[in-house]
Amino acid sequence: MSKDIRVKKGLDLKLKGEADKNIVAAPQSSIYAIKPADFHAMVPKLLLKEGAIVKAGEPIFYSKYDEKVKFAAPVSGSITEILRGAKRRILEVRISPNTSNEAVHHENMDLATASADQVRDLLLESGCWPFIIQRPYSVIANSGDTPKSIFISAYATAPLAGDPEVYLADKMGDFQAGITALSKLTSGKVHLSVGKGSSLQGVENAEVHTVTGPHPAGNVGVQIHKLDPINMGERVWTVGPEDVATIGHLFLTGEFKPERTVALVGTDAKESDRKYYNTIVGAQVNSIIGTVDTDHTRIISGDVLTGDRLSNDQFLNYYHNTLTLIPEGNEYAFFGWMPFTRNNVPSNAGTSFSKLLGGKRTVDTNLNGEERALVVTGEMEEMLPMDIYPLQLIKACMAGNIEQMENLGIYEVAPEDFALIDFTNTSKLEAQEVIRLGLDLMITEVG
Amino acid sequence: MKWVRNKLDQARKPFEPGQKFEKFAPAINAFDTFLYTPNHTTKKGAHIRDVVDLKRTMITVVFALIPALLFGMWNTGAQYLYQDLGLANVTDVPFWDAFIEGAILVTPLIIVSYVVGLTIEFIFAIYRGHEVNEGYLVTGLLIPMIFPVDIPLWMLAISVAFAVLIGKEAFGGTGMNILNPALTARAFAFFAYPLYMSGNAIWVHQGATDSISGETILGTLAQGKSVAYSFFDAAAGFIPGSVSETSTIAVLLGAAILILTKVGSWRIILSGFAGAAVMGLIFNAFGLNALMQFDWYMHLVVGGLAFGLVFMATDPVSAAQTMKGKWIYGFLCGFFGVMIRVFNPAYPEGIMLAILLMNVFAPTIDHYVIQGNVSKRKKRLAKAKAQLQTA
Repeated sequence: MSKDIRVKKGLDLKLKGEADKNIVAAPQSSIYAIKPADFHAMVPKLLLKEGAIVKAGEPIFYSKYDEKVKFAAPVSGSITEILRGAKRRILEVRISPNTSNEAVHHENMDLATASADQVRDLLLESGCWPFIIQRPYSVIANSGDTPKSIFISAYATAPLAGDPEVYLADKMGDFQAGITALSKLTSGKVHLSVGKGSSLQGVENAEVHTVTGPHPAGNVGVQIHKLDPINMGERVWTVGPEDVATIGHLFLTGEFKPERTVALVGTDAKESDRKYYNTIVGAQVNSIIGTVDTDHTRIISGDVLTGDRLSNDQFLNYYHNTLTLIPEGNEYAFFGWMPFTRNNVPSNAGTSFSKLLGGKRTVDTNLNGEERALVVTGEMEEMLPMDIYPLQLIKACMAGNIEQMENLGIYEVAPEDFALIDFTNTSKLEAQEVIRLGLDLMITEVG
Repeated sequence: MKWVRNKLDQARKPFEPGQKFEKFAPAINAFDTFLYTPNHTTKKGAHIRDVVDLKRTMITVVFALIPALLFGMWNTGAQYLYQDLGLANVTDVPFWDAFIEGAILVTPLIIVSYVVGLTIEFIFAIYRGHEVNEGYLVTGLLIPMIFPVDIPLWMLAISVAFAVLIGKEAFGGTGMNILNPALTARAFAFFAYPLYMSGNAIWVHQGATDSISGETILGTLAQGKSVAYSFFDAAAGFIPGSVSETSTIAVLLGAAILILTKVGSWRIILSGFAGAAVMGLIFNAFGLNALMQFDWYMHLVVGGLAFGLVFMATDPVSAAQTMKGKWIYGFLCGFFGVMIRVFNPAYPEGIMLAILLMNVFAPTIDHYVIQGNVSKRKKRLAKAKAQLQTA
């Protein structure tokens, strides 16, 4: 039986710069890169060297601590560069595509009869496994686990985020197959959350839930909390909607084809350019946006709350469906702290008319103040629709008090759930970073 | 405004990293960020941020204090002048005469409080290498507002120094203190200089002289005399008392600002008044002496109760931090405030001691509220485990 999820707390940031709901093919990127940093807490072991020729779907590295988890080349081509950083850490594996379009072909599998182990092996072998993210900790799932349930959120509430309804429209068959495949892997159910009036209501082999409410209602963590909260020792998996379709495509055709439909949004993108671009995972951002002046414009892979900052020649994050361009806010504001001034900046505070005035806003990256000690209380609770005390959890993370973190619900949260707290808190505390460090501590201490 | 910015940029140069006055950067930053919200951009985490910052929040509290402060200046002048001039009523004093007289008396207190407090804050900011926190903007104004007008300035200065050093910096500065710094200053002065802080001769300027009498309502009651002021006098604030806490109406105006801007917790304010009313009703039911018979609704408007509940109890650092905790904390502040007032009338401002007491217990209240959440989570885990075993 499906349960509807109604979220009351949170904040919908209404920003200018939405994408037109048209999908166009992006120009082919001259170079693609897989960045190990996109896979948190994963240490790569290379399988190929610089100069090697790869087919699309051929494994290029695997996880040091879970050798079955392989990462495949998104396109056919040659490995032109393996970029390393401090301590020879691998930053990027760059592949320049060739025209052969050769792809690794896996055996077709009939999903109706396939066993869980067969499904699991194909996902691992094909390079689809990294799409499966585990809660707690928000890292790639262990290859040997059986989760108590799998959650897919096809309802995007983050500001200007790419809408799954748009980019799944042409992939319904793949999406359904992906859900069916994933449903074999869990002892419980696959939960699919959609918005009101969604075209995904009829999906089979999953429990479909209708979600209403402001951001972060679309965050999968909030949905898990409302439907089937994670207890200590339990594992739940989450998969992004387009990644489900990629998994489905694998089972239907035997090919790993990691398409990525990216919504180009934000006021610094030209209005005529703001639409959905169909590209491949790991594409270079300048293939979509050209070259922009990064002194005045910030390129963000992802949404404005959780995304990664990029430069022109860097690459889309492995998981993101949004590419945002907003102005840098490196300007002074005369008496900017005066209450009820600067109402054009979106705000949840009572000391600004921003909320009363309503309407869509242009945003920039100004911090709008300086970091301060934690003084104001009660504002974080308004932004977290979970039965969790956010301020106390943040303090427990800062103190590294593992028992207290467990008690206060660290297993139920991911950094993205604290993104609105980043945005609204008066002290300009970096809540997402604190939670990420807390989760990392849990990984090393508890595992 | 461009030239202001240019001048500031020039003035900042010796304070940049690697320059001569690098260590004193927090001092110049405090002035710079007062004039201009800085051009800092987000480095990690969310790329966009709310317009609210601590300066905005603290300034809002200062704005909320202004009705009470202005009324306090007028009342301080009026209380003195109407007796000095031999008029029949406080309200007979010409408005501007009263206001100017009061302003002349009160302004030095404010200046001393800010100069002493901010000097210590700046020294600690430089010593610790962090920016100057805005918390003292509020504390520095609160302190003179809750002192008797004739307090010698050096006593005020020592009280301020004690409050900032021991009440706040010793715990790690803004955000870390256990007790409300303004109340710490008052409590210190109360126990260190009782002659200047209690009794019935200090609440009006030159109250110790023969021609001026300055008893507060509570002082009168303690002596078993009947009260000469009506509910309206007390609510409007035409009564003797500390500088700015007599007018419940002016205080409630401030409360409205705090609540509408979500800066102050309406939960604490509301439950605080409820707690005071409940305790007042309980005493009325027994009615053993004049203080116990004092009507419960009068308790809400006399003395510093309203001021304490609105501006002191709501200090987010020293109050309870959880929603449920705020209800309990506020209620007990009001409840104990009236209890102390009635049981020990020798202490003026029972609400002050009640809030300090509850400051100490706020973490305990929070602990039990949070423990409720923790045990819910533990029960859920136990249930899940039991299901797993039966399955």
